[in-house]
Amino acid sequence: MQVPAPFEYERATSVDHAIGLLERLGSSARLVAGGHSLLPMMKLRLANFEYLIDINDLHDELGYVEVRHDEIRIGALTRHRELLESDELAEAFPIFRDAEKVIADPVVRNWGTLGGSLCQADPSEDLSAVCTTVGARCVIRGRDGERVVSMTEFHRGPYETAVGDDEILTEIRFPVRGGGGSAFEKVERRAGDWAVVSAGAAVWLDADGRIADARVGLAAVGPNTTGLPEISAALTGRDPSEELYDEAGRLAAQGCRPDTDMRGSEEYKRHLAGELTKRALRRSVERARERG
Amino acid sequence: MTTVDDHKPAGFEDNDQHPVGHGRMLRKEDPRFVRGRGNYVDDVQLPGMLHLAILRAPVAHARLVSIDTTAAEAHPKVKAVVTGATLEGLKLAWMPTLSNDVQAVLVTDKVRFQGQEVAFVVAEDRYSARDALELIEVEYDILDPVVDVRRALEEGAPVIRDDIEGKTDNHCFDWETGDAAATEAVFATADVVVEQDLVYPRVHPAPMETCGAVADFDPVEGRLTLWSTTQAPHAHRTLYAIVAGLPEHKIRVISPDLGGGFGNKVPIYPGYVCAVVGSIVTGKPVKWMEDRSENLVSTGFARDYVMRGEIAATRDGRILGIRTHVLADHGAFNGTAAPVKYPAGFFGVFTGSYDLEAAYCHMTAVYTNKAPGGVAYACSFRITEAVYLVERIVDCLAAELAMDPVELRLKNFIKPEQFPYTTKTGWVYDSGNYEPTMREAMRLAGYEQLRREQAEKRARGELMGIGVSFFTEAVGAGPRKHMDILGLGMADSCELRVHPTGKAVVRLSVQSQGQGHETTFAQIVGEELGIPPADVDVVHGDTDNTPFGLGTYGSRSTPVSGAAAALVARKVRDKARIVASGMLEVSADDLIWDKGSFHVAGDPSAAVTIQDIAMRAHGAGDLPEGYEGALEAQITYNPPNLTYPHGAYICVVDVDPGTAQVKVRRFVAVDDCGTRINPMIIEGQVHGGLTDGVGMALMEIIAFDEDGNCLGGSLMDYLLPTAMEVPDWETGFTVTPSPHHPIGAKGVGESATVGSPPAIVNAVVDALAPFGVRHADMPLTPSRVWDAMRGQARPPI
Amino acid sequence: MQVSMTVNGEEVTREIEGRLLLVHFLRDVLGLTGTHWGCDTSNCGTCVVWVDEKPVKSCTMLAAMAGGHEVRTVEGLAQNGELDPVQRGFMECHGLQCGFCTPGMMMTARALLNENPDPSPDEIREAISGQICRCTGYATIVRSVRWAAAYEADRAEAPAATTTGGAP
Repeated sequence: MQVPAPFEYERATSVDHAIGLLERLGSSARLVAGGHSLLPMMKLRLANFEYLIDINDLHDELGYVEVRHDEIRIGALTRHRELLESDELAEAFPIFRDAEKVIADPVVRNWGTLGGSLCQADPSEDLSAVCTTVGARCVIRGRDGERVVSMTEFHRGPYETAVGDDEILTEIRFPVRGGGGSAFEKVERRAGDWAVVSAGAAVWLDADGRIADARVGLAAVGPNTTGLPEISAALTGRDPSEELYDEAGRLAAQGCRPDTDMRGSEEYKRHLAGELTKRALRRSVERARERG
Repeated sequence: MTTVDDHKPAGFEDNDQHPVGHGRMLRKEDPRFVRGRGNYVDDVQLPGMLHLAILRAPVAHARLVSIDTTAAEAHPKVKAVVTGATLEGLKLAWMPTLSNDVQAVLVTDKVRFQGQEVAFVVAEDRYSARDALELIEVEYDILDPVVDVRRALEEGAPVIRDDIEGKTDNHCFDWETGDAAATEAVFATADVVVEQDLVYPRVHPAPMETCGAVADFDPVEGRLTLWSTTQAPHAHRTLYAIVAGLPEHKIRVISPDLGGGFGNKVPIYPGYVCAVVGSIVTGKPVKWMEDRSENLVSTGFARDYVMRGEIAATRDGRILGIRTHVLADHGAFNGTAAPVKYPAGFFGVFTGSYDLEAAYCHMTAVYTNKAPGGVAYACSFRITEAVYLVERIVDCLAAELAMDPVELRLKNFIKPEQFPYTTKTGWVYDSGNYEPTMREAMRLAGYEQLRREQAEKRARGELMGIGVSFFTEAVGAGPRKHMDILGLGMADSCELRVHPTGKAVVRLSVQSQGQGHETTFAQIVGEELGIPPADVDVVHGDTDNTPFGLGTYGSRSTPVSGAAAALVARKVRDKARIVASGMLEVSADDLIWDKGSFHVAGDPSAAVTIQDIAMRAHGAGDLPEGYEGALEAQITYNPPNLTYPHGAYICVVDVDPGTAQVKVRRFVAVDDCGTRINPMIIEGQVHGGLTDGVGMALMEIIAFDEDGNCLGGSLMDYLLPTAMEVPDWETGFTVTPSPHHPIGAKGVGESATVGSPPAIVNAVVDALAPFGVRHADMPLTPSRVWDAMRGQARPPI
Repeated sequence: MQVSMTVNGEEVTREIEGRLLLVHFLRDVLGLTGTHWGCDTSNCGTCVVWVDEKPVKSCTMLAAMAGGHEVRTVEGLAQNGELDPVQRGFMECHGLQCGFCTPGMMMTARALLNENPDPSPDEIREAISGQICRCTGYATIVRSVRWAAAYEADRAEAPAATTTGGAP
């Protein structure tokens, strides 16, 4: 089987230690968490680093799901399985459980992490679409302290993020508001495959059942996860209805930038962007209503 | 000490059978597998063993300008770097394929497909060998590739095989079967003619274990021991003798446990030859295990037929004739693994299970800048393609006639009294009784109820499809008069020795890749000798310890070696009768065989068991005159004909109207493989093949971009079905024994792979009938189904 | 570099390259060849072992990363010479053919049963969905795991019914 090129292996004992190592080693070093995105790339020699810094020992420090009354904070080293199993998270944002059920496979989810998924910045990555949908901000730590960036700022292109050579993604945060419901929809050619298209939606209803706010995030239809502010604008203040979902679907289909590849034609992906947006919105509204 | 209770949980009672001979029996090979104690090629570790890695071409078509191996040779752990030029010096740069073509072991002149072998490195460990590949510098002069099979014969197309003297085009061969004039006459007067273009895309068997070898050449003895992933160890040994010029008796090919094969491990690949050369050059054992990408891009692919099917019928649904034109993509070398007189394999059975008036096929095969292969993936020598063609166009005809597809099939089946039945293309079907098999599938599926459910769902806008296929297979190659691989006749030998205590060892030439030969063959011998299968040891996969035979592929193990095993046991039984006659002091003619013992006619108390006889045959006492002792025999079985299993499959799918995703909800498979030796193993063979069918119908394809880059080079891109895509299989059976096989068995290893793809495609097309869809090519990915729903179905290549 | 870990209950320490994959450490360094490999991209799952009692793909983990952790392989599935019910279930229900994916499938199955003693067929399918079998078509694997679950449920109910007999 394919094997990676030689590198030195270091284990970080704390976040500060990891940052110190990154500072010293510069761009020749890379952090490895679950390794399920990075190691296959290195085995195929599509990526080569002189040093790998293993941060798995930081799980106590960076592996957590904290649900507060106004905000949720998730540590970057939280494993997919922990996201899937967090009842608190599923209660507040069911979109996470929806997505985690269809991200890779159960064995990969045992080890793969939130931070690893986001930092890989694969255009088809589902969790990035979820984070975009919930309006997550990413906490990046370096020697001089933390900075917090939006998902739009975080992803700079395919496989490219705002995390500097000597920085580490430590956490994502997103607000909790009342009256919310969320959902995730994915079409894949086969279980465990990357998305042909996936769509996340989050909806907040006001006391009259009107849409107070709505957000949609799409994966696999552009260079990075696609947030669609025009859908938020079109939905806000309106009563949920099939016609409204259709309108949102049309906006999603128009607003995305898919390419034809083995997973599907550009046309089909546009269609899916619309169809899945509609389904995710419909389910989000149902869930928001169920929660009252 | 192993202790275990014999408790079985409720609901699994049928697991508790212990037959003496045929019947459900747990597998003898499983105790080692469940303990992780299988022994696969990559598990072989020899002292001082080195590791080999192959440098492969990054482009599909290019002239080789230069190779610089200096830096690789300077790597501290590298022991040898070998290029095509080195091999030319050894006269090993080219090797014969199984179809009388040649294939480069390492490129000397020109790269002919992406992934082709260019050079190899032998190093102290596998990581260093891989590292050193990066240090080899190759300069290529890129040439235009031939990728589109339909344009391969165009004027001015680049000539791929300029190594063949005088070659000016990419033509590989033309082949025809049937009667063109008679078929034309039938078509000219038929009420209804339906035509359909069909593509069976290039797919890959992708066994979970990739191909590999450990070569150990002993320069003192001049002896080569080769552990390799081969389904045909004896045929391989002979070919190595021819290729490498080594004396055949100094070559030992060992095929240990194989992690699946499905035809992928029939050909000899350049990598095996490289491992042998690596061992000769370094004087050390050398291991080569390909990685998954190497497996997918360079080893034997399957299918790749572009077909036009035509069917002629009367208005009331009597099928008169079938005609087909096929364009076959054979890749850069004709590496088809089929009997040499059958360049299109057994595609000639494309007339299926129907009684026709005329049939004709014309095929053109071409070279393209793609990996060689063609016959693999449980295809029974291209019967997958043939059955897909006939079962798809029969459905097209049913749609045209507005007839139920089952009714149309029932109306046209060959009738039981017509067997042996000679088809219009000359195949002699040995036995069959098709209607009960079809009816059993309908009963298990609840066919009428399903059609009612479908009607209700259609009225609600839901897309449910019911697909039917009925196949006749032709397996057990084959009669040596007609069938050989590179001159080696396709008969199998078998040896059986009964030890003094009545335990036995049977030695086979065929090689299991998971089919359970250690169990099935012990049962065959056990049934014939009347001893428990547990008392029969099965030896296979080692040319030094087994008799000659052609190996396992084309579902031939039970039809050919299974017959050999039964007959050799009967031969031993005949000898036992002679010994028994001495023991009981009666004439041999007065003895009655009673599964495990002989008794004197009319006196069951005067009996001797096979165990008693074995001891006497080896003992010091007197034996009947002329009997020298021991209880053993050897035979070679030359099958008089192929065997023709059949089956009826019904598939139910649901298609999501919004996303075009296909869900296989149910699949009913009724197989008739003649006499059933171990129903549990048969069911397992069927389940595996049905899963292949789901893979091919819905997701698998080895595609290429316009530059000839392979787009299916990893399991991220070449999708194989998981447990989520397949239903809980529903199986049934009928039994129509083969009249010419000693125990009436027919072979079942590939039936489901052959029969299931058309059932699934027929089901999806049926689901899409409200959109006016009559055909859509595999693989039916959501995107391609969505195209079909919008009237834009297009071929995958 | 030096790495130490517990493999099937035994402490092992070896000198390795940092890049050595866990699957190669197990197979080539320790000689535990029951764990297989079948792809380069974490798709096939023939390499599944446990790290701290959770199934992981050992082709996508460095041996160094497993340092300090507890690894269990198919060779450590039987306890005190007695086959695990999952191993028996696979034999009883024809859950294997070529045996290549089997060790990984059984490790995942055992982990599933440890968490969920009575999994439904759908839950079993989901649990093994990152692992490919080319031979069985999965239905018999599902039955095998159900066999093990039923067996363990029976045993829990009526431990007195247990008797000793020969090896299967």
